[in-house]
Amino acid sequence: MTVKELVNELVEKHGTTHNSLMPVLQGVVQQERYLSEEAMLTIAEALDISAAEVYGTASFYTFLDTVPRGKNVIRVCKTISCHMQGKDEIIQALEDALKIKVGETTDNKRFTLLTANCLGWCHKGPVMLVNDEVYPELTPQKAVEIIQEYERNTK
Amino acid sequence: MKDKKLKKVDLIFECNDCKPVEVLEKTLKRDQDEIILDIIDSGLKGRGGAGFPTGLKWKFTKNEDSAIKYVICNADEGEPGTFKDREILSRVPEKIFVGMAICGYAIGAKEGFLYLRGEYNFLLKDLNATLDKFNAQVKDLGLDFTISIKSGSGAYICGEESALFESMEGKRGEPRNKPPYPTVAGYNSKPTVINNVETLAYVTMICRLGAQQFKDMGTNDSRGSKVFSVSGDTPIAGIYELELGMTVQEFVNEFGDGDTKAVQVGGASGSCVPRKNFADTIIGFEGIPTGGSMMIFNSSRSMYNVLHDYLEFFAEESCGQCSPCRIGCQQLLKGIEAVKRKERNPQYLEDLKKLAATMKLASKCGLGQSVANPFTSIVDNFKEEIIY
Ligand SMILES: Cc1cc2nc3c(=O)[nH]c(=O)nc-3n(C[C@H](O)[C@H](O)[C@H](O)COP(=O)(O)O)c2cc1C
Ligand code: SF4
Repeated sequence: MTVKELVNELVEKHGTTHNSLMPVLQGVVQQERYLSEEAMLTIAEALDISAAEVYGTASFYTFLDTVPRGKNVIRVCKTISCHMQGKDEIIQALEDALKIKVGETTDNKRFTLLTANCLGWCHKGPVMLVNDEVYPELTPQKAVEIIQEYERNTK
Repeated sequence: MKDKKLKKVDLIFECNDCKPVEVLEKTLKRDQDEIILDIIDSGLKGRGGAGFPTGLKWKFTKNEDSAIKYVICNADEGEPGTFKDREILSRVPEKIFVGMAICGYAIGAKEGFLYLRGEYNFLLKDLNATLDKFNAQVKDLGLDFTISIKSGSGAYICGEESALFESMEGKRGEPRNKPPYPTVAGYNSKPTVINNVETLAYVTMICRLGAQQFKDMGTNDSRGSKVFSVSGDTPIAGIYELELGMTVQEFVNEFGDGDTKAVQVGGASGSCVPRKNFADTIIGFEGIPTGGSMMIFNSSRSMYNVLHDYLEFFAEESCGQCSPCRIGCQQLLKGIEAVKRKERNPQYLEDLKKLAATMKLASKCGLGQSVANPFTSIVDNFKEEIIY
């Protein structure tokens, strides 16, 4: 499906009012992992608002990326409770396994590694999200195994 | 009441013969004003942090003359150290939905929304399934009220009620000026009740058990019980529903690891209580209020690192709309780093405290206004750790 088709489908589902903007942006990110210029221009046209307004909203939200991301986006919680439970070791293990630093995407475009503020699992840290899935009570080894599983399942 | 024991309660997650919809059916037979009076009488205050009396909020919204009104459940839970709303959403979602429907009936709203933080998207499938069933049941009961879910996209500030409305309207999550308050002009500029997940679940339990049973618990200022999220240096991290009115000491006796040096009550935007104040600090609206976040630190922890973490959090999550908060958060962070590196002398911390006090006065919303809470309480009580 092209970006245009995707946007049209989402607009069909959520409507053309300004209140539809978030679900449409979220729907594109769900599929594409980020909002390309083309996607934002198409959305602006479909909702009949300025492209600047679309970009203004998109650029405000951490999860609405406007730069290309890998097929799988990893977000490791960095807030104090997870900090105290060893998030640094988790990040280190993932950086080593993926051969990238936080903020980067692997060459094969399969993974982007990011950190996030409190994910709401302070009693079961360290924790990470991969796309929408949550993985609490991590050890460095567990984190790497989870990523390997994604690697195997990503075409 | 010095040696009052910490009392565990089981209202929110209790589900022995869990049929929240029957509570709705029973409540719909009652007069709207009577329900609101009951909620006022129970003493229930908002569980999202600010602690506004729930019944009054409903009454103000009911009194607004508008054909369109909304009920919104705030499930943006983003305060560091809080995870109780997630647990309520995953274990007893019907209690939340019933609370919303009762509110809709009481104030005359036909539409309800649950604003779920993007970090909890993994709950969507189950929540939507429960909701489909629930909406049909509500219809069968003859009530014109439908709930749907809106997702957030990773912005702590969208938990602030007016930023949440902006987000639902497809805009940047920038808080609005108040007044007007949501009861007058909320989502789509219509009268709106916005309540925390836990608040709405308590509404259901109050309607089921009666106001008296709730009121009998807690203190004059803090009625009832509350769900706490306990984390940090504790052997029993987790979620606990406790009667309000305990001191930090009583809390530490139960949850500490024997070496507790400080408790951060209310998350990053709350206050740090040092050991010497444990005995005479009450957890509640008469002492230090909390949305439920309780982070415990033992003597192996550096309070500089704790404060640094919080300030980094605020600097990242500030919406950037007003300068006291946007610039203030960054300067406080840079400031303690400079003191730590000895580029500034310790006296500089006093200047930073003045900056935090200015932020409290001049910031537009609760985010910028509350940075002084952790800053001043940690700097005042753990100055050596900040400097050396
Ligand atoms: C920065 C900021 C973040 C907030 N985050 C939340 C939140 O995640 N959940 C919540 O219920 N209330 C949050 N609030 C409080 C809401 O603005 C509002 O007071 C609350 O949802 C009202 O519900 P209640 O009266 O039931 O507590 C936040 C406030 C501020 C200033
Ligand atoms: S206080 Fe901070 S978060 Fe609130 S409006 Fe101002 S800049 Fe935004």
